[in-house]
Amino acid sequence: MDLLTELTILVLAAFVGFEVISKVPNTLHTPLMSATNAIHGIVLLGGILIVAESEGFLSKLLLVIAIAFGTINVIGGFLVTDRMLALFKGRKKPEEKEKAAEAETKATPEASR
Amino acid sequence: MILPAAFLQDPDFIRFLYIVAFALFIVGMHGVTHVNTARRGNHIAAVGMAIAVVATLLIEEVGDYGLIALGIALGTAVGVPAARQVKMTAMPQMVALFNGVGGGAVALISYVEYRDALALGGNPELETLIPILFAATIGSISFWGSNIAFGKLQGILPGKPIGVPGQQFVNLALLLVAVVAAVAIAAGAESEGLFLLILLSAAVLGNMVVLPIGGADMPVVISLLNALTGLSAAAAGMALDNVALIVGGIIVGASGTILTRLMAAAMNRSIPNIVAGGFGGDGAAPAAGDGEERPHRSTDATSVASQLTLADRVVVAPGYGLAVAQAQHTVRELADELEKRGIEVSYAIHPVAGRMPGHMNVLLAEADVPYEALKEMDEINPEFPGTDVTLVIGANDVTNPAAREDESSPIYGMPILDVDKSEQVVVLKRSMNTGFAGIDNPLFYNENTTLLFGDAKSSVQEVLAAVKEL
Repeated sequence: MDLLTELTILVLAAFVGFEVISKVPNTLHTPLMSATNAIHGIVLLGGILIVAESEGFLSKLLLVIAIAFGTINVIGGFLVTDRMLALFKGRKKPEEKEKAAEAETKATPEASR
Repeated sequence: MILPAAFLQDPDFIRFLYIVAFALFIVGMHGVTHVNTARRGNHIAAVGMAIAVVATLLIEEVGDYGLIALGIALGTAVGVPAARQVKMTAMPQMVALFNGVGGGAVALISYVEYRDALALGGNPELETLIPILFAATIGSISFWGSNIAFGKLQGILPGKPIGVPGQQFVNLALLLVAVVAAVAIAAGAESEGLFLLILLSAAVLGNMVVLPIGGADMPVVISLLNALTGLSAAAAGMALDNVALIVGGIIVGASGTILTRLMAAAMNRSIPNIVAGGFGGDGAAPAAGDGEERPHRSTDATSVASQLTLADRVVVAPGYGLAVAQAQHTVRELADELEKRGIEVSYAIHPVAGRMPGHMNVLLAEADVPYEALKEMDEINPEFPGTDVTLVIGANDVTNPAAREDESSPIYGMPILDVDKSEQVVVLKRSMNTGFAGIDNPLFYNENTTLLFGDAKSSVQEVLAAVKEL
């Protein structure tokens, strides 16, 4: 692919990134950052791409380390983000509380019977 | 008839998979920007990543699967337990470390790519070479800078700014060495030594830039390093002609840049100013050292409890001190107890409360505080005048009215939580020591302010017990 095509993709993707992420609320700043950590783990593709053509022990060793680093980012990043996001819970909706209360009132007379 | 293997290895098919992958990244990131869709968004991005990895493994030139498997296995063995076990209070360190390994991977890959080119007979074409040089420089800065940030956050290195005389000149010189070496290679010099010199001077630069930065500026630094790692990954993508890497990298770059600007704005500081040196790093701790003791009113748990129970509206303004004391669960219990009595409780979250962007929100979410109760600064500030009691727990500089009123204050202009505008303020703090920035806080001497001294957690526990007795 030629340089200009790549630059086009780069610039357009940068604008998309800014547009998509600019409205993120404070609440999600930390999960957003760890999710983007996972995404920059994509650099592991770079290691995968060149490991076969690289020669010599040192090059291969460095690439295995790079692949391991990238994998830490990808797997660790997505997992930890999921763990964090699972913590964010809303208030129990009043409807749910009412339903629960209803269920209780229904249950009591039956029990007393 | 086309063999399935040939079809799967068709470059067009691989490109198609990459398009699917980065479309999923964008959809996923879009999801992560809303509380209700965030978890699903993260899953979608993870699927995109899996597709990108599989697509890359299909590429015909890819081989050495044993080594690839080894790398992935090693990364999994380290990454999974780390992600499962890390405490939410330690999240800033974790993210710093993740930034670091990302940058390190980029630097290693660019180095090997350059070695390969030399082995094949010389410098690659400029359109490959320039991105390689860029990726190597930024990747190395990010790796070392992030490691230092990790060390500071983890407490291995002192959190206070560490200065070197002539700091700025040294940094400038290091940057110059890296740039000159890069230009020399781009101009035709074929030298592995010069390339190593770039990596090395960028490494020292990364150390030198982050070492003098104080703990309070960490949210900006982490965001900045995040952006740099993303940019370096995008550059590596250009060097390797890999669209997935370009798009993935630049999305991270964009996100990191947005967060860096938000954090710097929340502290009323410019990014160059933060990078250039620590906050009051030259020992210029103003006002605080003047020694003049001004009168303040201390209080006890029982009085705070009666203040709270008489209120209709209570706001909690938490700072990092709350996280350090692990008081978030106790605070939530207190809030539950007050809500049972029909008192409205909300939380005022300053953008830089904590050690990284949004850190306080995660800590409170972990303590089961519903996210609707967490209010951002702009939303809560107009509500302070109608608030009966504001509890300031382990926060200092972000509540300092000097930022609004005193033009001579070093934090003048920094947006703050207007806690002093509420009817009564109770500040829970350890002692009369100044905050991270070493600046005196006039809030403590206001007529409507009382101070409850002690460890945040035990203070809140005492107040909770007293409220239960009333």
